[in-house]
Amino acid sequence: MKKRILALVMAATLGIMAVGCGTKEPAGKTGETESVQRESVSDKKIGMILVGDENEGYTYAHIEGMRIAEVQNGLNDSNIIWKYSVPEDESCKEAAVDLVEQGCVAIFSNSYGHQTFMEEAAAEYPDVQFVSMTGDRAEISGLSNFSNAFTNVYESRFVSGVVAGMKVKELVDQGKLADENMDGNKVKIGYVGAYPYAEVVSGYTAFFLGIQFIYPDVTMEVRYTNSWFDITAEAEAANALMADGCVIIGQHADSTGAPTAVQDALSKGKPVYSVGYNVDMLSVAPEAALTSATNVWSVYYNEAVKTVLEGGKIPTNWSKGYADGAVAITALGPSVAEGTQAKVDEVINALKSGSIKVFDTSRFTVDGKHLDSYFVDMNGNFSNGDPEDKEAIWDGYFHESELRSAPSFDIRIDGITELTAE
Amino acid sequence: MNEPILRVIKRESMSFKGKLLVRAVSLILALLVCGIVITLITGYNPITVYVTMAQGAFGTKTRAWSTIKEMLMLSCIAIGLAPAFKMKFWNVGAEGQILIGGIVSAGCMIYLSNIGNAGLFVLMCILSALAGSLWAFLPALFKAKFNTNETLFTLMMNYVAIQLTSYFVAKWENPVGSNTVGVINQSGHEGWFPKIFGTQYFISLIMVIILAVFMHIYLRYTKHGYEIAVVGESENTARYAGISVPKVVIRTVLLSGAICGVAGFMAVAGASHTISTSTAGGRGFTAIIVAWLAKFDSATMLLISLLLAFLNSGSSEIASKCHLNDYASKIVIGIILFFILGSEFFINYKLVRGKKGEKK
Repeated sequence: MKKRILALVMAATLGIMAVGCGTKEPAGKTGETESVQRESVSDKKIGMILVGDENEGYTYAHIEGMRIAEVQNGLNDSNIIWKYSVPEDESCKEAAVDLVEQGCVAIFSNSYGHQTFMEEAAAEYPDVQFVSMTGDRAEISGLSNFSNAFTNVYESRFVSGVVAGMKVKELVDQGKLADENMDGNKVKIGYVGAYPYAEVVSGYTAFFLGIQFIYPDVTMEVRYTNSWFDITAEAEAANALMADGCVIIGQHADSTGAPTAVQDALSKGKPVYSVGYNVDMLSVAPEAALTSATNVWSVYYNEAVKTVLEGGKIPTNWSKGYADGAVAITALGPSVAEGTQAKVDEVINALKSGSIKVFDTSRFTVDGKHLDSYFVDMNGNFSNGDPEDKEAIWDGYFHESELRSAPSFDIRIDGITELTAE
Repeated sequence: MNEPILRVIKRESMSFKGKLLVRAVSLILALLVCGIVITLITGYNPITVYVTMAQGAFGTKTRAWSTIKEMLMLSCIAIGLAPAFKMKFWNVGAEGQILIGGIVSAGCMIYLSNIGNAGLFVLMCILSALAGSLWAFLPALFKAKFNTNETLFTLMMNYVAIQLTSYFVAKWENPVGSNTVGVINQSGHEGWFPKIFGTQYFISLIMVIILAVFMHIYLRYTKHGYEIAVVGESENTARYAGISVPKVVIRTVLLSGAICGVAGFMAVAGASHTISTSTAGGRGFTAIIVAWLAKFDSATMLLISLLLAFLNSGSSEIASKCHLNDYASKIVIGIILFFILGSEFFINYKLVRGKKGEKK
């Protein structure tokens, strides 16, 4: 009897908890019910292995991308099988095998750490196509059913740099900068990076070159957090950079740590602004956020799914940018300098037409010299002079993401100093 | 005079049938409550959800082995923890002991890939056991010599192990800068557990069965096992009986750490073939629940591990099929664990109405 009362009390408590959780659901749910009603044009199945779920910005962007591809290709929910929160270990391989057994003809994984496990699965199931997003081993694995894909995110970083450059110019013109914001005659820029890795180096260099495109007299300090997502460490890195006098804080890390810290400092009267990554940061930094560089994954998923439905082969290395709409910047914040939108449109058009190259060798120097040759490591061993390694500089610019889809620009150029957070 | 309406009284003992009944009732209640929660959150039929869970855990051969692998990992660690906890040595350092065992195994796979698979297997097994022992030995020594608090000490050793793992991940990372080690020996499979009956987890299965049988005999039928039980009940009694408490503590914790180290070996060489700070993945803590719930009985530990592994695989399948957030399915696991723990309460205690001293 008592036990039953207790059980009822527990049930009631849990019931209340459940209602609490239930209120969060609708956002995701509505989109679902819409697509459930549609008839599908195909019975082919596609698998998605995701490192997180919709609560995490990076994975959310991939989920959105695939959902758009699903609709545009006339598929419905029955065609896509989702695996959420798959860790970067043998669970990824098991998830992939499970998806194969459920009849998937193409399987995508969204995290770099999934790659080697995807490669293993690809070797075992030659009839199924495997794509490791952001990976770099497809070319050298020699497997015809294993691919990589990325976007030319360096283009959107360049454009986000242009937005920042406009702001720097405005701050200088209005005389708002103090001595601590200057290194000689150069304005200090800060950058919160995740790891000292080509993807990050390529990103911050593009950002820096974007700023210099508008306002050349800048210097940049990069601090690493050694994590892709660490709100506290990113905020600390941003604070350290601001203490050093940086007036723009860019980032290549997934959390809102840095923009939040920048907003705090701006509210306290420091002239400092934030440029984010992946998601619009205006919700956490309404005045400090200028814009964020983002990927538009739906462009890729759309193409890949179309190829799969037609029975074709997904390209081994895929990377596209502004010309195909695969990258973008988020809506400009209220604090951007006057004329920013016009300048952004101009630069985007120039990137599309090819009249501006992000890594134009005439616009940066290494140890005081302009580069005319740089070999990109293609087999992942990071030693120089392997026969597989390829020249990436010709026609006066570094051909980023052309030799392989993952970023390969790991050159440390003049004007940027790297520091680790520890 | 105010009397509480209900009082908690310790039961003398309960028949096997009675225990079974309480557990069965609590499991059914748990499923019912989960059913209500699932319907409230999702609107799905709870039966469908349970069927989905079962399919997720055992629906195909791959899934079944994946569930068994998870069960084996949990069991192995729980078996390792059992002697320490029975002695009331609160070894919350299994995470660290697993990681250290894992680092050693990964190191062997990287640097000694040319010594042949059989030799490598034996070497990794021994070295990872030694490494796990060492990690547990330090807190045990301080406990035995200076009576330090082993809960804090073993817990802190976890953080040291995590930092060491980060160091080795950075050292062995492939490609450089990616902060992942990637699959070690992907082409030659040196040091990997061989596939038997189509699965590489078969060897782990055999290892865990051997360990379970060994631990059962060791705790029940040996002098060591008896000493552990006495020290756990009362150190004074142990001393009075002429048992050297420090010796028993150190010996038992060495064994405990060794088995947890072997769990790290199983995780690295037998499953993931890589090492990262998430190699232990919180299992070192989950296994404490397993060991305690099973009252350190080997067969029960295997069963409880199986239940947890089942819930785990089942819940990720719910997330996949029903588009539920992972957390929603974790709530289901929480409810079931809550009821199981609750059933232990009702096995050990009863609630009575009425005055003190009134015998029922």
